[in-house]
Amino acid sequence: MAHFFLHTMIGQVILTVLEALAVLVPLLLGVAYLTLAERKVMAAMQLRKGPNVNGPFGVLQAFADAIKMITKETVIPSGANRFLFLFAPFLTFSLAMTAWAVIPTNDGWAIANINVGVLYLLAISSLGVYGVLIAGWASNSKYAFLGGLRAAAQMVSYEVSIGLVIVSVLLAVGSLNLNDIVLAQRHVWFCLPMFPMFIIFFISALAETNRAPFDLPEGESELVAGFFVEYSALAFGLFFLGEYANMFLMSGMVSILFLGGWLPPIGIAPFTWIPGPLWLIAKILFCLFVFIWVRATFPRYRYDQLMRLGWKVFLPLSLVWMVLTAGFLLATGLLPQGGAS
Amino acid sequence: MMTQIVFYVFATVLVLSAGMVVSARNPVHSVLFLILAFFNAAGLFLVAGAEFLAMILVIVYVGAVAVLFLFVVMMLDVRFAQMREGLQRYAPFGAAVGLVLLAELALAFSHWQVAQDIASVPHVVAAPGRTNTAALGDVLYTHYVFLFEACGLVLLVAMIGAIVLTLRERPMGRRQNIDRQHERTAADTLAMMTVPLGQGVAANGGFRRPEHSYYIASVPGSYGVTEEPVPQGKPVDKTAQGGHGTDNHGGLPQ
Repeated sequence: MAHFFLHTMIGQVILTVLEALAVLVPLLLGVAYLTLAERKVMAAMQLRKGPNVNGPFGVLQAFADAIKMITKETVIPSGANRFLFLFAPFLTFSLAMTAWAVIPTNDGWAIANINVGVLYLLAISSLGVYGVLIAGWASNSKYAFLGGLRAAAQMVSYEVSIGLVIVSVLLAVGSLNLNDIVLAQRHVWFCLPMFPMFIIFFISALAETNRAPFDLPEGESELVAGFFVEYSALAFGLFFLGEYANMFLMSGMVSILFLGGWLPPIGIAPFTWIPGPLWLIAKILFCLFVFIWVRATFPRYRYDQLMRLGWKVFLPLSLVWMVLTAGFLLATGLLPQGGAS
Repeated sequence: MMTQIVFYVFATVLVLSAGMVVSARNPVHSVLFLILAFFNAAGLFLVAGAEFLAMILVIVYVGAVAVLFLFVVMMLDVRFAQMREGLQRYAPFGAAVGLVLLAELALAFSHWQVAQDIASVPHVVAAPGRTNTAALGDVLYTHYVFLFEACGLVLLVAMIGAIVLTLRERPMGRRQNIDRQHERTAADTLAMMTVPLGQGVAANGGFRRPEHSYYIASVPGSYGVTEEPVPQGKPVDKTAQGGHGTDNHGGLPQ
């Protein structure tokens, strides 16, 4: 049996498909319930009840929403570019799924444990902007177009600081492999020595996923709904799910880069009894809660403030911190001589 | 066998999409085909075992350069009839440029010499067990560190040049001095007024807030702000300032 899966071609293909399903099915269920969790958590914060009709505590609301979106009519504007209009939501959604191929859920448990895992994540997350940009252009609508342009400028700006924060982490790890990055945090999670970078990364992740308070691309008050104003039914649903899947992905990145991935907080008995994947899930859920908490708390940024924060605050800060990290590691002789992994 | 199939798939799609970049009618489609071409080039790098270059290609070209292309091209207002009209006028020039390039290429290739003793050329061999990312770093930051730094300087010059060329002080739009905005307190900006019935705030000179608070946080010289903002807490004699009339807020400086 093991020989069939590991050494024959068909076996390997089946094994890869099964591995992918083992990640995607929990992820999609998580996305479905994140939409519900967001409404419930925000309702609790605003002293409301939230969805409570479908099923006990509204647990079937996610499926009710899904059925509603699937059975609605897909409206394509007459001036729209049909192919690109339908392609954009699929791109957004599938990119958010693709990135999970390299996320390790336990020591060595990743679909693809590649040497350049961090770069792969950076590449995939920087492609997310195309879904938004293409949707804005293909809709042939001014609101959608302005929303798309805003989103593109915003995501490109915040990618720069995300990249520099990741470089600081990589300096301390000495490898681009996500597995090595987590293992390097055995003694102390990077969120403690690199606390400012942790905060910058988290805020940049909010901006990268177009979440409040940086949800200008969809700013209801000025752009109706921004880049997806013309979308309906399943196409809209894919955008919606793509946004939540991206939140999962960004929370996963925060957990792996700064919160020690699958590692328990302290490597002693009661903590080590809980298996690694559960720790990772707990950390991702914590980050997602903060995402929702932020949305329920802060008002939306103005566009010039957003750009100023990205370019004039985060970029210089993360650059200085990168140089500081390199200098500190060099001075104390802690610089890892990596690359052999 | 498998590698060869993958190589030919990537190479075919790469060449075809490169052809579509030139021949597509709609410039946005051209840029999207360009992105597809970049992707397939990254795939070829992966087949060659250069995973670092593949990822960098995607991050830099697809993630940054092509986004800016798409940004600009999407905002172009392209009229196809006009483009076709231009095609006939500029066709001779285009053909001339193409011919010159072709002649140059022919010259270059006719004198192309293949080095026979490639093995004797000194080159760096990565230590066994190094990933190609680490090996690339070894080469770049030890043997070619000055060239690498020089590349950085060239990019810096290009960046400064771009900023110098595009940065203009335009008095359109009112900009905000963020620090001053943060320093504002309720006492600076809020005043309780007794508004006479039926007259609104006209009796107070049209000001709904303490008069001096209007331009506290705006950058002098930006739209509608003519002079240095007055220091906080100091009331201003409005007859001394011609610009702050009763209905002038947001209007052009007089």
